[in-house]
Amino acid sequence: MKTIEDLVTEHAAFRDLDAAQRALVAGCGRNRSFRDGEVLMREGEDANEFFAIRKGRVRLSVHLPERGETVIETLQEGEIVGLSWLFPPYKVRFDARAIGTVHTISFDGKCLRGKCDADPRLGYTLMKSFAGIMTSRLQSTRLRMLDVFGAPGGAAAD
Amino acid sequence: MAAALHAAAEHTLPQFMRVRARRQELADTWTLEIDPGGPFEFLPGQFNMLYAFGIGEVPISISGDPARPERLVHTVRAVGRTTQALAALGRGARLGVRGPYGAGWPLDAAPGADVVVLAGGIGLAPLRPALYRLLAERARFGRVSLLYGSRSPQQLLYASELRRWRSRFDIEVEVTVDTAGPEWRGNLGVVTKLLRRSSFDPANSMVLVCGPEVMMRHVATDLAGIGVPPARVFISMERNMKCAVGFCGHCQYGSAFVCRDGPVVPLERLERLLGVREL
Ligand SMILES: Cc1cc2nc3c(=O)[nH]c(=O)nc-3n(C[C@H](O)[C@H](O)[C@H](O)COP(=O)(O)OP(=O)(O)OC[C@H]3O[C@@H](n4cnc5c(N)ncnc54)[C@H](O)[C@@H]3O)c2cc1C
Ligand code: FES
Repeated sequence: MKTIEDLVTEHAAFRDLDAAQRALVAGCGRNRSFRDGEVLMREGEDANEFFAIRKGRVRLSVHLPERGETVIETLQEGEIVGLSWLFPPYKVRFDARAIGTVHTISFDGKCLRGKCDADPRLGYTLMKSFAGIMTSRLQSTRLRMLDVFGAPGGAAAD
Repeated sequence: MAAALHAAAEHTLPQFMRVRARRQELADTWTLEIDPGGPFEFLPGQFNMLYAFGIGEVPISISGDPARPERLVHTVRAVGRTTQALAALGRGARLGVRGPYGAGWPLDAAPGADVVVLAGGIGLAPLRPALYRLLAERARFGRVSLLYGSRSPQQLLYASELRRWRSRFDIEVEVTVDTAGPEWRGNLGVVTKLLRRSSFDPANSMVLVCGPEVMMRHVATDLAGIGVPPARVFISMERNMKCAVGFCGHCQYGSAFVCRDGPVVPLERLERLLGVREL
């Protein structure tokens, strides 16, 4: 049976942490699984929790009155669901739902924020990892905004 | 000199062929199977100049199986006057064909290495012949991955073939789309993200890339980030063409002529140019 520390060690998002830091992080985590369609987080809730996906796929979406559920992105194994726990006002910005069965390590964001405040070296390493995640999400979003596969001249093909 | 000009002129004269079958792939994209009147040998990645009578001539990659030279296959996205006319050609219609032209995908460049085929949108068409060859000669390569990005699930080119390849055990197929409804159970996000998820060995792999230029620029940056040597990355360039045989300079890109030196070019030769405007 793997410990949470083992699972944290295996997860790509924490690969820049040393063993002691991983142990600290693992102290705020627990195993959580979700069934197909189950909600991991809902827009507007307090962002006290985030998830490191171990297996499965999660979709991030927003609800638009005129379009219903609109998917922003899917995330999967090795990725993090939930970045709003890092910064005030600590509010969830998107809905996150399981596509199929999803296994995660769920983290108590408040607990981890406390540890980061108490241990600036941990805070810096973790922030650096999360800044990398945020940068790559931002770049992906910008690239998608360009609609590079759309019809030349902008006429949508579908 | 006169002999060279004569040979070049012969090479630039179209052969007239007939459409044997036409299939709609997507809302704006059709595949034409053309009767070449005999075996039409080509290398994966090569293109033909297709001429729609009275309208124009454009470069279109060959998208069929190199092992079946009796079928000349092109997939055309109707974006303008000529491609619209070509895509509308029905069974029995005539068109002009010149080619095959250009350098193909260098499938022999890295024997035993992992091969990643990374396509965006219509960019899967020029890569399909390479996939046919990779699968036909599967034992010569390491892991083979197809990473394909498209605009939406409705815009996935060759969807039934993608499903078929996905069901095989000797090729990894990952698909992602830019937009989809909640019923889509696959990946939603940019194609570059698939690179980080794929299981190939960056240090011992060859990556073949075709898609919109901005996508290829991002792919180039991400491949460098994960440690794939630029000499092992091959990109298919698109430039407007006229002669297609290195005479007119229409397709010039830096010091290269895309028709003659490309369209498939190693990234190490392009790196400097990819970010440069007005080329
Ligand atoms: C080596 C090579 C291989 C190609 N292979 C294929 C293929 O397999 N299938 C296919 O459908 N197309 C392919 N193309 C692109 C195709 O040649 C162009 O779409 C075509 O020349 C457009 O001509 P048109 O007269 O229909 O459109 P135009 O009237 O010339 O242009 C209409 C609109 O399309 C835009 N446009 C023109 N060319 C391109 C381009 N290359 N990429 C994006 N937008 C463009 C123009 O800016 C304009 O907005 C290839 C191009 C090259 C150089
Ligand atoms: S198209 Fe004439 S030189 Fe390339």
